[in-house]
Amino acid sequence: MTALKPTPQEKFEKVFSRGYAYLVLAFLLAPLLIIVPLSFNAEPYFTFTPKMLSLNPDGYSLRWYQDIINNPQWGEAIVNSLIIAIASTALATILGTLAAVGLARSNLPFRDLIMALLISPLVVPIVIAAAGMYFFYSSVGLAQTHLGLILAHTTLGVPFVVITMTATLSGFDRNLIKAALSLGADPMTAFFRVTLPLVAPGMISGALFAFAASFDEVVTVLFIGGPEQRTIPKQMWSGIREQISPTILAVATLLIIFSSLLLLAVELLRRRNLPLGQAQR
Amino acid sequence: MAAETLSEQYKRSGKSGRRAAFLLVLPLLAFLTITFFLPIFNMLNRSIDDPTIDRLLPRAAESLRAWNGKGRPPFGAIAALADDLARAQSLGTVGQIATRLNFERAGMRSLIMKTAREAKTFAPPYAQAFNAVDLQWSDPEVWGVIRHASATRTSSYYIAAMDQTRKADGTMVPRAEEEQVYILMLQRTLWVALLVTVLCFVLGYPLAYFISQQSDRTRNLLLILVLLPFWTSLLVRTTSWIALLQTNGIVNDALAFVGGDGARLELIHNMTGTLIAMTHILLPFMILPTYSVMLSVPPALTRAAVSLGATPWTAFWRVYFPMTLPGAAAGGLLVFILALGYYITPALVGGRTGQLISNMIQFHMQTSLNWGLAAALGGILLACVTVLYIIYARAIGLNRLRLG
Amino acid sequence: MGRTTGIIIAAAAAIVILAGVLLFMLGRGSETAVNDLDKEMSDLQLPSADGSTPPAPTPAAGGASLAGKSLVVVSWGGAYTKSQIEAYHKPFTAKTGAKITSEDYSGGVAEIKAMVLAKNVTWDVVDMELADAQRACDEGLLEKIDAGMLPAAPDGTPAVQDFIPNGITPCAVTTIVFSHIVAYDDTKFELKKPTKLADFFNVKDFPGKRGLRKTSPKINLEMALRADGVPAEKVYETLSTKEGVDRAFRKLDTIKNDVIWWTPGSQPPQLLADGQVTMTTAYNGRIFDAQIGEGKPFKIIWDGQLQELDVLSVVKGTKNLEAALQFIAFATDTQRLADQAQYIAYGPARRSSLPLVGTYSAKPEVDMKAHMPNAAENSANALQIDFLWWADHQEELNQRWNAWLAK
Repeated sequence: MTALKPTPQEKFEKVFSRGYAYLVLAFLLAPLLIIVPLSFNAEPYFTFTPKMLSLNPDGYSLRWYQDIINNPQWGEAIVNSLIIAIASTALATILGTLAAVGLARSNLPFRDLIMALLISPLVVPIVIAAAGMYFFYSSVGLAQTHLGLILAHTTLGVPFVVITMTATLSGFDRNLIKAALSLGADPMTAFFRVTLPLVAPGMISGALFAFAASFDEVVTVLFIGGPEQRTIPKQMWSGIREQISPTILAVATLLIIFSSLLLLAVELLRRRNLPLGQAQR
Repeated sequence: MAAETLSEQYKRSGKSGRRAAFLLVLPLLAFLTITFFLPIFNMLNRSIDDPTIDRLLPRAAESLRAWNGKGRPPFGAIAALADDLARAQSLGTVGQIATRLNFERAGMRSLIMKTAREAKTFAPPYAQAFNAVDLQWSDPEVWGVIRHASATRTSSYYIAAMDQTRKADGTMVPRAEEEQVYILMLQRTLWVALLVTVLCFVLGYPLAYFISQQSDRTRNLLLILVLLPFWTSLLVRTTSWIALLQTNGIVNDALAFVGGDGARLELIHNMTGTLIAMTHILLPFMILPTYSVMLSVPPALTRAAVSLGATPWTAFWRVYFPMTLPGAAAGGLLVFILALGYYITPALVGGRTGQLISNMIQFHMQTSLNWGLAAALGGILLACVTVLYIIYARAIGLNRLRLG
Repeated sequence: MGRTTGIIIAAAAAIVILAGVLLFMLGRGSETAVNDLDKEMSDLQLPSADGSTPPAPTPAAGGASLAGKSLVVVSWGGAYTKSQIEAYHKPFTAKTGAKITSEDYSGGVAEIKAMVLAKNVTWDVVDMELADAQRACDEGLLEKIDAGMLPAAPDGTPAVQDFIPNGITPCAVTTIVFSHIVAYDDTKFELKKPTKLADFFNVKDFPGKRGLRKTSPKINLEMALRADGVPAEKVYETLSTKEGVDRAFRKLDTIKNDVIWWTPGSQPPQLLADGQVTMTTAYNGRIFDAQIGEGKPFKIIWDGQLQELDVLSVVKGTKNLEAALQFIAFATDTQRLADQAQYIAYGPARRSSLPLVGTYSAKPEVDMKAHMPNAAENSANALQIDFLWWADHQEELNQRWNAWLAK
């Protein structure tokens, strides 16, 4: 945009929008940024101590991180969260990708209705879904098992895969396959060499979304999980409700780093996708 | 198959293509039906389907259903109840009967428990035998309670969810004012959702606009900054808000530094806390769709408007804003829908006044164990969400749903 | 057309996975349909020949060896669970060889109900509030416990007479008496110290925020009436009338805007320590911990305390019924209950245990007897919570309580 004369938008921006936008950004980011230094507080407070403000090294410590390592419950929670998230992500990705391929075909009957149904777990209030699952999973013996939570988290992760994959496939040019076939590639080769590389980034970002959704999910864990299904969010939930010790802040900091990595991965995948004429956000 | 030519493929792609497409969707549809739709349907069904009394007091239920609820209950019903209670006592199911009836009227639990203990010894005239255990049995309202509960299809949970109650003869009256709560919670939930949507628009629209006007490089950087909170755990964000806003948190310490201890504000464990935290969490859902629509508006359009004599403000308001409104509407509707079902954030930062309808549902699911009422409240909430979801799908289109 | 083939193979794989999952579910659960939860509930109680629910088998008197067995005992966590581990679990394991796994929960019946419905009972013994145990017992979620299997007091008094009133109910054996008291931060009141329950409602003379338990009208209504001058023996009679309930809520109205609400029991000492409140209701054991254990400047007002009972119960359908019952018989004997009071300031439920209560394990100079809720000098003006009254009125008052809170 190299306009000679400033456009009205640009004027508007100058007077108003820059300062305001940075304020809103600060609102979005402040909670994440402040929690990081606080997790190194040597004292069990949620505010900066005078020592911290004067950058005295005595004001900082790793004791809350030590706490995570020393408390076996956190270790157990991490393992459980990973098991449940990985398994539900795998299941959601397989099922969601197949469905998205089906949805991408224009000749699918009731396409809109089916799409609406597949995405509905995203909008149905989580308490209602969890309550339904509580009764059903109890009656079939899946309550208080890992498998029950994996299935629950799969349902919640599916919409992310479907949305991302549908978007990816809508930009997918079938002629590429036809071209590959007509150039003599056998169908398997065409699938692995042409189709898969093109849709893989979308599939992986859908999977990462599903993973993040499971990794952060607490309501179904509270409703259908038992003592054996202690996950990171459940552990955080009880920590916040009882006494938010700074250990929670240390865990939170680690989770922020983790989610930044996930985000970075998704962004890189999106970049890779762009040259193919993907619909942007 | 490999030898199939292109034209042959085209020919096949009619009916069998349709079947293939459907087969691809089928596994997920079947999966969701079993793990999601049926469980929800089954749960909602509890709000109208309650066979407890019909099953555990079968004969009494049958004869009470035949009674019109006016005056005294028929003798047959009284005798049947004596019989059924004696049987329930021996089967050990009295507790369930008592618990179920106590949902309808306080005190029914102990009345049923103590009557059932004696029921084996009852002999005609049964009415006297009942009255000998407790004079409450002479009140037709008590029998009316059993009569209503004996229907296998019941509307009493929805009646309770609408803050109404029913007399023995079936007429509905509003509950005492100090006991009315669900309508209020529903209104509050709608109000909070609306407020959060407005806040998200007020904060999100200008930011989306600002980002859309930057160079490619800056734009990507800013967008990542918006996406970072979006990807961060909801519990982490809620924790941060607690640390920031509590009485001795950073914000209040800063206020106290400036204005002394009197300047501390109550920012959390009330409605303010719920609003701040929910707005923060839902803001990216507003920014992302708005931004993507803004990108598609050619800058030349507003320039043209200005060159035709419009003031910059008019150009913005009359040309640019209407073109970007669909994005904001899509974001706003999504924010509204998601806000209706919020549970975690109000539970953690809402205190006494910042609770929403989901918190009530959870209470009846897990604390009071009044599942019928939980289902009725859930049914009402789900109806609201479904209507809005259909509007979203129709007016905006699910294909427009994007996740960053 | 190979792509389709690939996709169909993948679809087939997914269906196989799905079928596997379904088979697993059917195998794990019952053959009952989705809608049959309630029916299962009533199937839980099997009638016996004489028409009464059969009592659980009585464990062998001397406590047979349970080597190789393991029990899951669920309790409230924190210092309380620790006291049970020291007083019950360790000696039980030493005596019988049974391994005990300790789990935490936050009370209520929901988890037990889910477990019993699912026929997937992973908890054996649960520590519950008596009112919850009564409710669970009504609904058939707990095993019946035969009072005859409980050991007599050292002087030969049968258990039934040794336990405090309501100490033994059909599904539950009481371990401790705990108390809801008012605690305050001594440093916040320099000239005039609060001394009685009524001072909690007097924000003018005793300024500062108050902490109250949010979860239930229980405790709060009783306290309001006691503070308003209703004598202990009239509280439930008063609450049974509309005027009485109105009176309680009016009293609560006077401090409604000064209250910070707490949920789990670990919160009140935290609220006091953080200076968020100057006075709060709390469980006496938690305050004892902060006060004596950590040396915090907190004081307890015993006036108008509300006593409640905490019990051990066995979840219906446990695979370790006999070991669970043996554990309960062991844990609730005179010596074990007295031992527990070395670790936490809750009163033993047996009369014969009270004289045996010794000193605080962490600080031997502290005599625990003085800190027991049921010690004579503390319980002069105490009220016993009427769990049966609450079973009747909980539902109705919850409604009003939630409405009051929301407004």
